[in-house]
Amino acid sequence: MADPARPIIQIRNVSKRFGRVTAVDDVSLDINAGEFFVLLGPSGCGKTTLLRMIAGFELPSEGQILIDGQDMAGIPPNRRPVNMVFQSYAVFPHMRVADNVAYGLKIAGVKGGEARDRVAEALDLVKLGGFESRMPDQMSGGQRQRVALARSLVMRPKVLLLDEPLSALDAKLRAQMQFELSELQEKVGITFVTVTHDQDEALSMACRIAVINKGDVAQLATPSDLYEYPANRFVADFVGSVNIFEGKLSLDEPDRAAIDCTGLGKVYLNHGVTGPHGANVWVALRPEKIYLHVPGVGKAVKAAGEDAPEGHNFARGTIKGMRYLGDITLFDIELETGARIRVSRPNLSRRDQEDFTWGDKVSMHWRADSPVVLLG
Amino acid sequence: MTGQDWKTNRRVFAAVSLPTLFWIILFFLLPMAIVWLYSFGENRGLTDIEISGTLDNYKRATEWLYLTIFGKSFAVAALVTLICLIVGFPVAMAITFANEKWRPWLLLGIMLPFWTNLLIRTYALMMLLGTQGFANKGLGALWEGTSWLKVLAGLQPLPTWEPVPLLFNNFAVVFGLVYVHLPFMVLPLYAALDRLDRSLIEASLDLGAGHFRTIMRIVVPLAAPGIVAGVMITLIPALGAYLTPDLMGGTDSQMIANVIERQFKKANDWPFGAALSFLLIYAMFILIALQSMRRKVPEAH
Repeated sequence: MADPARPIIQIRNVSKRFGRVTAVDDVSLDINAGEFFVLLGPSGCGKTTLLRMIAGFELPSEGQILIDGQDMAGIPPNRRPVNMVFQSYAVFPHMRVADNVAYGLKIAGVKGGEARDRVAEALDLVKLGGFESRMPDQMSGGQRQRVALARSLVMRPKVLLLDEPLSALDAKLRAQMQFELSELQEKVGITFVTVTHDQDEALSMACRIAVINKGDVAQLATPSDLYEYPANRFVADFVGSVNIFEGKLSLDEPDRAAIDCTGLGKVYLNHGVTGPHGANVWVALRPEKIYLHVPGVGKAVKAAGEDAPEGHNFARGTIKGMRYLGDITLFDIELETGARIRVSRPNLSRRDQEDFTWGDKVSMHWRADSPVVLLG
Repeated sequence: MTGQDWKTNRRVFAAVSLPTLFWIILFFLLPMAIVWLYSFGENRGLTDIEISGTLDNYKRATEWLYLTIFGKSFAVAALVTLICLIVGFPVAMAITFANEKWRPWLLLGIMLPFWTNLLIRTYALMMLLGTQGFANKGLGALWEGTSWLKVLAGLQPLPTWEPVPLLFNNFAVVFGLVYVHLPFMVLPLYAALDRLDRSLIEASLDLGAGHFRTIMRIVVPLAAPGIVAGVMITLIPALGAYLTPDLMGGTDSQMIANVIERQFKKANDWPFGAALSFLLIYAMFILIALQSMRRKVPEAH
């Protein structure tokens, strides 16, 4: 679908300052035609400002934005080939659904039968066929959002911008809309650029994600790369849940490395890190990458009596907290050093949650390629 | 907010509302009732009025002469309201979209005239509009200047400056009433526009509409409650305007309030004055009833 050779939006060294506050700080990134692009970040990180600059509601203090190769400087929002779905949906409350959707068409000079057909087609696309003569106040939040989507899609924009599109919906509806938005994007083939602070939303919908922190791109990657190979502590911590331990690089060869971590002890890796020897690094370990079991019951007992498979890292601790979430159980474990580590364990059978309880001594092990070493 | 309605807490409610209620009854409803009774009365001597239940006062009040004055008062008030709306809407929009730092000051600027007595403000306007007023002096200076330039260029000078009659006519009444009532229009409009979800305006721009179309298709319809409120709050006092037509009007610009005043003072015909007053009040009741009957505009969510 996505054509990597053709960027539809090019953001070049764009900065935006409000008074003394820098909202967006020298951002450069390309968004490819046909992809589902997500700007992910905590509130106040500048992601919405970036989106509003693409739409033309804010002007960059510095830098250049190109849409389909054309410089957008001096082009007002009503003449840009993009349309926006607003966080509040901004459905016109005094117009019927059909008039809302036809609003932009009428301005564009599309009349009569063609306008009617396109409105009907757009409403069908968002599964709102038959709602033409409803007033917005007779609709639910989810339906109003579909109206906003149809109203933008009917314009056949080159890029559809979505500002926190799912934030106002309840959890069930949000999960459903994540699917529907991805499906819709594939069906219409329009480039979607979405702003969100919700990592689940970003991971499940995006082709590529730009994580924004303090007005700057912290990492730009596919969802799985972002999760499995975070570039820095901010991304590791913001996307998903993670244990981070500070340590010193004590061994760094092409096929193995070791880090002395305060709290976690020596952590072995089966690949090189190529960092400066003795440098301060951070080891990031996802809770679900850690295997948990009762001491001495591990199937392979090697490495001087340790109950872990060969080549795995190993640690021991005591369960201090448990949170049963149905599909998984989260454990808060105190290591022998006194440091805490979070472990998640899938409940593969119905009684799995009964395997452990508060105060249990446990063993943990994880593969040598599971930890991510972060230099910053 | 449960348990705070008047049914569960009668005594608290009474303590809060009784003084106001008492005030309204004693100083508003009671005098109104007396005037209402007078409107069915007859003069008996210089100060005696007999409430005889006659309808003669109303019959006289609906004579052609008075109906034309009523009609004219309506026309003037409607014109004033329209001008206030046309002038006030852009002002209210400007305040709404002004920088947040400036907004309180702009609102203060709108309300500032209220700090001065209406009489003084009216006299100030008269100083501006009189034959020897600043407006005429300014125009005169411009005229003289143009004349002088023409002479300089070797052309015929303009004829001598004749002051424009800006005061003591219908123009002055409308001008004065607009000046007095503009804040009444701007404030409810501002309240309505301030509540408007900005993203609706952005959505309209985003869909390709220009600013003018956005204002006409989105802002004005959604500000309709504010427009109606502004119109009512301007039209009703303008309809009963007394001071401005009295001081700034000419012989032909009297409005209904001036006629009523004359009945109570110079003509000493209280029953007839009372009947005219109540005709005006009935007219306003009808206006308010019409307003509450209009179709409700859905509010933005």
